[in-house]
Amino acid sequence: MKSQEKAPIYEALERFRMMRIVPFDVPGHKRGRGNPELVELLGKKCVGIDVNSMKPLDNLCHPISIIKEAEELAAEAFGACHAYLMVGGTTSAVQAMVLSCCKMGDKIILPRNVHRSVINAMVLCGANPIYVNPDVESSLGIALGMKVSQVEQAIIENPDAVAIFVNNPTYYGVCSDLRTIVNLAHKNGMKVLVDEAHGTHFYFGENLPLTAMAAGADMSAVSMHKSGGSLTQSSFLLIGPNMQEGHVRQIINLTQTTSGSYLLLSSLDISRRNLALRGKEEFEKVVVLGQYAREEINKIGGYYAFSKELINGNSIFDFDSTKLSIHTLEIGLAGIEVYDILRDEYDIQIEFGDIGNILAYLSIGDRKQELERLVSALAEVKRRYQKDKAGMLTQEYIAPKVIASPQEAFYAEKEPLPLCETAGRVCSEFVMCYPPGIPILAPGEEITKEILDYIVYAKEKGCSMTGPEDANIENLNVLKL
Amino acid sequence: MEMWFSDQHTDNVKLSIRVELQLFSAQSELQRIDVLQSKEFGKILVVDGDLFLTEMDEFIYHEMITHVPMAVHPRVDKVLVIGGGDGGVVRELIKYDTILQIDVVEVDPLLVEVCRKYFPQMACSLNDSRVQIYHEDGLRFVRSKEDEYDLIIIDSPNPFGPGEGLFTKEFYGNCFNALHKEGIMVNQNESPFYKEEAFFCQRMHKRIIESFPISRIYQAHIPSYPSGHWLFGFASKTYHPIDDMDAVQWKLKGIVTKYYLPRLHQGVFALPAYVEELVEDVE
Repeated sequence: MKSQEKAPIYEALERFRMMRIVPFDVPGHKRGRGNPELVELLGKKCVGIDVNSMKPLDNLCHPISIIKEAEELAAEAFGACHAYLMVGGTTSAVQAMVLSCCKMGDKIILPRNVHRSVINAMVLCGANPIYVNPDVESSLGIALGMKVSQVEQAIIENPDAVAIFVNNPTYYGVCSDLRTIVNLAHKNGMKVLVDEAHGTHFYFGENLPLTAMAAGADMSAVSMHKSGGSLTQSSFLLIGPNMQEGHVRQIINLTQTTSGSYLLLSSLDISRRNLALRGKEEFEKVVVLGQYAREEINKIGGYYAFSKELINGNSIFDFDSTKLSIHTLEIGLAGIEVYDILRDEYDIQIEFGDIGNILAYLSIGDRKQELERLVSALAEVKRRYQKDKAGMLTQEYIAPKVIASPQEAFYAEKEPLPLCETAGRVCSEFVMCYPPGIPILAPGEEITKEILDYIVYAKEKGCSMTGPEDANIENLNVLKL
Repeated sequence: MEMWFSDQHTDNVKLSIRVELQLFSAQSELQRIDVLQSKEFGKILVVDGDLFLTEMDEFIYHEMITHVPMAVHPRVDKVLVIGGGDGGVVRELIKYDTILQIDVVEVDPLLVEVCRKYFPQMACSLNDSRVQIYHEDGLRFVRSKEDEYDLIIIDSPNPFGPGEGLFTKEFYGNCFNALHKEGIMVNQNESPFYKEEAFFCQRMHKRIIESFPISRIYQAHIPSYPSGHWLFGFASKTYHPIDDMDAVQWKLKGIVTKYYLPRLHQGVFALPAYVEELVEDVE
């Protein structure tokens, strides 16, 4: 048992600073001396530890000392066989999961409402997606977790699939029955990969949904920088006992930088220590805050801040009560409209708004006084902007028709067509609202009138659309006939 | 022994006051509260290291934030004071026999306790039978109120402390909603002189004009506050701060004041050119 009070990378950086080593290596700003404006912005302490890999500080590509130790401490804190410090965001952790388990032509079972990074990984490795269409909570318009029966069905239809990919929790906080899915998969010789980008706190809080590692999953991508408090772009990749540590490292090194930032690495190290030592109390506070906010918001009327009451033992197996998800359609406003009003009129930035809902991200840095502002602002938005809800779209999920694999479609001969003329053609690129970054269309999928209507509506409501080559999303690239 | 308390007015300016004695110091759940005894300013209340009020010049602030709206609104029955746990505003309000109810929302019980002990000349007023004190977040309190008050006085000291939520558009909107259709809201509006405060001053005014049809700025001279030049905001649904002011009626009430005068009332809305420009920029 290691002591979680240790933070080997942080400690090594402290020792390193005292040594006053003369830098004739990169980075060229030389502890900030060459870039005073940067020092002015970030502070001396910060640029002083922006250093390169070297013997006393280990090397992220091939850890043997302090980074190795930090990874072991993290593995222990998360209950994993090994933990990798990631500096390319959870995107790179997700990609490493897919690339570790899938080769060209392999099948992977996954829900369609995955993050773009998953499908991007399939563009890279040539895997074929087998989509399990998630149930949709029709009054809220949110895609739910994976039903065990659907996973079972997908396994029966695709016994040759190599892995099952699960979002747990979803952005909104919906959890699937991970333990049963893992058992099913393992019985059929398939690996289970979990996108736990929004579930870091499950590992440290009490009475929160089951973690991927505890459920026996093979790999999990954990966004430490989301609910865990580390710097943006830092993340953990966790593996279970069936994965080979060295092989996964090789996969990570295919795409990850060889100049891992020590700002990011030390932030992972310190955050892991913080959560291991104080996470239980910290997340208990977050749960209480979330519950308080939900009660206050539901008192306003019109809004519906939803939580555990949705649990149905299946597609909503559990719910993450730290998530503050709010349904807005009853006041006649799309989530994205409320999102924009909150920022433009009330100086409140929330995580995202989509067609029917908004999500306010709560975490260890939140205080009651800011929540009071959010609740009061929502009361004001209702008082000032409430409309008749007629004509509001609720449908959030459209089942895709996959014609070609993401890789085939991405690299195929293609042509741009005006949006309105693309129905019936096969898309070669992504279209999504960002955030949350879940594709409406992915490479290889047939474009339908329903999808086009949805894109036009989302654009009209002010969703920030990304993905296509044409930034204005007036044209889409489709496969040549 | 020499002891000085320095109130940081900007990063580069301090006001230092010689202190004879530290009378009290404690940390509440929300903030640190100190009481100092000084020669020049009498007792000084310090919150989170910032000068909050002094015995010598608190009357200026409290009279000006209270009597200006009271001389305009012809019939104030029910008043809401947000902040104001020191009792200064309430002391001025209870001079009016016609007021029926005064609700004070002070988030920090310790502040009230400290003022009762060290500033009885203000806090005694809180014992008046018309006064009800609520220890909760002002933003939360006002959120649930609709068409309830004739006058709301926002007596919140610091836009960067626990009272930050009381300087926001959502709060002013909630206040609008809590007022009767002839209601008035008055707030302390910071100082226009130093750059950072001037920016804040402007922003506050902008948020209020977005919520109220009538919104005017007035001023007072408060020696212990940064730059000494202090602004207040007068926001109203119906009454105009100058045209609807009734000096005769006010004088008949026989209220004794040390700073406020009906004659002064007109004058305080006449702003220096640079302040007028600041205000007009957002109007």
